[in-house]
Amino acid sequence: MSTYILRRILLVFPLLLGVTIINYTIFALAPGDPVSAMIDPFELSQMTEEDLQAAREALGLNEPVPVRYLLWLGQAVQGNLGYSIWFNTPVFDVMLRALGNSMPVMIFALLISTIAGITLGIISALKPYSLLDSVLTTFAFAGVAVPGFFFALLLIYAVAIKMDILPTGGVTTPGVEPSLGNRLSHIILPGLALAYETTGSLLRYTRSSLLEVLHQDYMTTARAKGLVEHVVILRHGLRNALLPIITILGLRLPSMFGGAVLIETVFNYPGIGLTMVQATGMRDYPLLMGGVLMTAVLVLLSNLLADLSYTVADPRIRYEEG
Amino acid sequence: MMAERPDATLTEDMFDEPKRSVVATPRARFWLRFRRHRMAMAGLVFLVVVVLLAVAAPWVTQHLPTKIHSGLTRAAPTADHILGGDVAGRDIWSRVVYGGRVSLSVGLVAVSISILIALILGTLSGYYGGAVDMIIMRLTDIMMVFPTLILIMAVVSMLGPSIYNVMAIIGLLGWPSSARLVRGQILSVREWDFVMAARCLGVQDRNIMFKHILPHVLAPLLVAATFGVAGAILTEAGLSFLGLGVLPPTPSWGNMLNGAQSIYILERHWWIWLPPGMAILLTVLAINFVGDGLRDAFDPRMTLD
Repeated sequence: MSTYILRRILLVFPLLLGVTIINYTIFALAPGDPVSAMIDPFELSQMTEEDLQAAREALGLNEPVPVRYLLWLGQAVQGNLGYSIWFNTPVFDVMLRALGNSMPVMIFALLISTIAGITLGIISALKPYSLLDSVLTTFAFAGVAVPGFFFALLLIYAVAIKMDILPTGGVTTPGVEPSLGNRLSHIILPGLALAYETTGSLLRYTRSSLLEVLHQDYMTTARAKGLVEHVVILRHGLRNALLPIITILGLRLPSMFGGAVLIETVFNYPGIGLTMVQATGMRDYPLLMGGVLMTAVLVLLSNLLADLSYTVADPRIRYEEG
Repeated sequence: MMAERPDATLTEDMFDEPKRSVVATPRARFWLRFRRHRMAMAGLVFLVVVVLLAVAAPWVTQHLPTKIHSGLTRAAPTADHILGGDVAGRDIWSRVVYGGRVSLSVGLVAVSISILIALILGTLSGYYGGAVDMIIMRLTDIMMVFPTLILIMAVVSMLGPSIYNVMAIIGLLGWPSSARLVRGQILSVREWDFVMAARCLGVQDRNIMFKHILPHVLAPLLVAATFGVAGAILTEAGLSFLGLGVLPPTPSWGNMLNGAQSIYILERHWWIWLPPGMAILLTVLAINFVGDGLRDAFDPRMTLD
């Protein structure tokens, strides 16, 4: 198994390289002078045309594209992703700050959707084709079909405006002493909006997976041993039904970043999504390029993590052949 | 009609005489399975209505979707304007109906593009194997790592927002999962006995590919395409909502929701944002139900009783 883990980790590097190549190729087509993207904007304003020429030469921008890619890659692995045109600061710092805001919302959304999706899925599978099952299945389908931003608007309308118990957006309430409670109250609605789609797909997955497992031979064996039905289902059925959930959660991450783009815009929440929307509006290509790269790397790493925890969680998996 | 399609009459009898289902044609069995899926049938009926409304848009609306009426700004629904007016004073009912044309055509065109790419790359990969397979599948792996919406946004920011750019970009970036599906299906069908039988009979490789293997790929691909249309409609709605997709005055369900970003409108003028939002929700829901029904109906393991 350790050979497999090692191979799986090594496999990340060619993928990472591929991600940077595609990312670079797309943004090489972007309009604008790349020299302005790589120099501190304050210094840039002091430079003469000769200085700019010299800087182009020094940065290798007069070289052919493949050479420029390698030079860019050399900077990128050191964490230098260039300067954001709009924020006037290094892209890496902007993304890190945005990520710090997005992470609590995403973690909250992942927790809520995992707990709710699995619990409701079990309830659904225990009484298949009942009225409750139909209601839950419809709830799950609606979760996958409703645009996240429309669901977010409905939440704001119902919870923030009509009931008036949670804020309509932002990170903290302006004019109020910043506190953890206030900060957390701004996470709940965006988190719920982000969680619905994943809840729906986990619910449907848990339901069908559990229904399939219920007919396995070892379930009959467990029943034949005289175990109580709920012990059979929870101890023997669920454990096997839920293993692939780890992989599913890993695969959900790209669409969660996509959902965050829209939901953070609705809630005016300055995370990674809203930052990307602003970068698009300002045509801030260095920031966009850094954002695409960073989200892709995060997805790659979480997929790796999901794969590795899957091998640890399921003792039946033996990757002798790799 | 009935004489031309004997299987149709057979289908009617099958409820009473289950034994006959064994001899029914595959198409009849497919239709029978699909019809039993109540939600899929409801979804299909709803979609037919949506498509008819979109096609017959000029006849089911009294006003042009881009015409600005004086005094209709944020006006509540009346008999003449059954869903009231938007922030610019345009008739919302006709914008919802014409917006359906935009959403449906973006969904269909984008998915046609990605399915075509997926079919070509997946077939090359599954058929040739080796280095070709390796290169195409690694490219697929890499493309699947990018969060699609963020990548699409980046490309739109360079090319500029327009309905054609949105169709093309969603289509050009949406193929990886379907390509993987096509390849996987080809690899598994290739091992089936009837392919071996065809090979033993001396059927040419190309004929085995197109006449024997590809038909088995099309069923799951059609299911994936159905879900793909739903996904593309959601992506277009999201992009247009952000102002990166279909731009006003052309109506799209996504850009109609843009007005609801103001709390004032969200609180007081439900007719501005609720109709386009519900239109997206119900259409995507209906497409997903149909996709689910298709998947069950194509699955030969699903029994008829």
